[in-house]
Amino acid sequence: MGKVLGLMGNEAVAYAVKQSNVDVIAAYPITPQTIIVERLSEFVANGELDAAFVPVESEHSALSCCVGASLAGARVFTASASQGIALMFEITFIASSMRCPIVMAIVNRAFSAPINIHCSHDDTVALRDASWVHLISESVQEAYDNAIQAFKIAEDSRVLLPTSISLDGFILSHCLERIEVLDNKVVSDFLPPRKAEYKLDPEKPITFGPLALQDYYFEFKRQQEEAMRNALSVVKEVGKKYGEISGRTYGTVKKFMTDDADVVLVCMGTVAGTARVVARSLRKEGKKVGVLSIRLFRPFPAQDVVEALRNAKAVAVIDRSSAPGCIGGPLFEDICTALYDLPEKPLTYNIIAGLGGRDITPEHIKQIYNTGYKYIKEGKVLEKVLWVGVR
Amino acid sequence: MSYFKKLADLPREELLAPGHRLCAGCAASIIARLALKATRGPTIVVNATGCLEVATTIYPYTSWRVPWVHVAFENAASVASGIEAAFRIMEKKYGVKKPDIIVFGGDGGTFDIGLQALSGALEREHDFVYICYDNEAYMNTGIQRSSATPLGAWTTTSPAGKVVPGKLERKKDLIGIAVAHGVEYAATASPAYPLDLVNKVRKAIEVDGPAVLHIISPCPRGWRFDPSETIEVARLAVETRFFPIYEVERGQYKINIKVAKPKPVEEYLKKQGRFKHLFLPENKWLLERIKKVVEENWNRLLELAGEK
Repeated sequence: MGKVLGLMGNEAVAYAVKQSNVDVIAAYPITPQTIIVERLSEFVANGELDAAFVPVESEHSALSCCVGASLAGARVFTASASQGIALMFEITFIASSMRCPIVMAIVNRAFSAPINIHCSHDDTVALRDASWVHLISESVQEAYDNAIQAFKIAEDSRVLLPTSISLDGFILSHCLERIEVLDNKVVSDFLPPRKAEYKLDPEKPITFGPLALQDYYFEFKRQQEEAMRNALSVVKEVGKKYGEISGRTYGTVKKFMTDDADVVLVCMGTVAGTARVVARSLRKEGKKVGVLSIRLFRPFPAQDVVEALRNAKAVAVIDRSSAPGCIGGPLFEDICTALYDLPEKPLTYNIIAGLGGRDITPEHIKQIYNTGYKYIKEGKVLEKVLWVGVR
Repeated sequence: MSYFKKLADLPREELLAPGHRLCAGCAASIIARLALKATRGPTIVVNATGCLEVATTIYPYTSWRVPWVHVAFENAASVASGIEAAFRIMEKKYGVKKPDIIVFGGDGGTFDIGLQALSGALEREHDFVYICYDNEAYMNTGIQRSSATPLGAWTTTSPAGKVVPGKLERKKDLIGIAVAHGVEYAATASPAYPLDLVNKVRKAIEVDGPAVLHIISPCPRGWRFDPSETIEVARLAVETRFFPIYEVERGQYKINIKVAKPKPVEEYLKKQGRFKHLFLPENKWLLERIKKVVEENWNRLLELAGEK
């Protein structure tokens, strides 16, 4: 079943999108996302993908174009990063409020200034409250798998929300990996053409995007909240179904040696791989450490997180983005909130690391675990937020 | 070519239902109603944020008897691009029939904040009709100047003060911008000339590719005139050569309403409170400048139309 290919993260996403039989792609190039757009336009130009490729003049127009296409009933894809996400920010909220199941790849890149093209998670976390389902990829294989699942999740009638798949800029987007791809037929059976229930249809005119004031706005927001809650179970359902066709089952979080761990490191994206290597070697030294990698950033899988962390003595959370003036990074605050109701809470501390593509090395991870042991010994957290790897 | 010879040829069917909350005397609803009468079949309307959008769709009510969508202020042309691209490919892949697409944007959503999106959509040659209903200021937020506000006009952000007597800059040439993109058809129109207006909308729909219409939309609130005089004001704008009615087909300009003997510009200006400061002695220079601009524009048009 399927075949093995050597693909870069961006190529894997483009390949998955091609297999997902999208109808409209509207995108604007930005490093490090560009290859996705290039590949997709090649597929369309060569007739490998029967889709409309709209080479828009900005990211704001990219997502606006996607909203229009999605409301017309098409399956729609876009991709961006960093400044591109910042420019389309206004429309990200509208896309979800108008219940457009657009899929977008976010190739994580740091926000300016100073301008930088490398990985921070600034762009994904900026869309934290935009009512999008956010899937995070750790590897090229996951980026491929997430892309296909994203359409299934987004277009589910219980969800109908835009869905993003994030992959670390350069670290994944430009990393050549051996991956298994599914047969086209398997993907098209998993993802038949979209059947939009509500769309711009002259046979059945609907007014989309009206003005709603004090008497109705609130209810629109409530419906979005319910869709988000539904998304939590739909993500798990789709992850399981995808396992049946691929042998790779997905949940909301990925646990590694967390059950009996004293110190658990929580993170998103590629750093999880480094953390697992270090955890394995520390285990050989008799240190009970584990890794919890978050695959679903929104809706936040609080219950699964609590289950994975309830026995830990200390929890370190890596944020690959800074949030000046906040208590900690965005993931840290989510984790702390999730753990708050536990009668016996682990010690929690936050690591800000890897900004602007700075390497997070095995040494850093070791240092983070050791800090956990130190705090356990002291019986308290000495420093809540640590910047690791900064000069 | 005339699709409609007389007003009685227009369909009776109202695709813009009555009961909307636009102001009495608002020309935007007249323009939208007429434009929809010029459609040739299934049509989708895209609306930029603005008076027309907010006043016709206060949830749970809507005046639109066609599929209608509003997304934001600056992106109506991009949204239309997406709809058009989607139907183009869905027609090919799934046999879904592609409808016509009409976009309505005000001058703020077209001349200013939406200009980039419009430029992109025109360059990509999406098949849609873009109608700018131009009330010459941000009326929805309470009469602030836009780049479509004419020289000398008072607005709340170009007030007629003791030092600065209203807007000191000229109006942007929207049709010139559209023509520079190589669009096959671009034209101005006025609700005072409804037959000309509907025929132009239809002509624009028949074009395979983008077409741009710039329609003057007198606003009683913002221009400060009596709501009963909307059409009169719109007509005076044409009769004084203040807002010439012309079209550009494949780059060729043609003046549709030839104003051989123009009425004095003052007649148009005097009707509107937004220009009243121009008649103070200290602002005479500005009044003269306006008249000069009107004359220059007309002469430029004559030249472009090869009539000079």
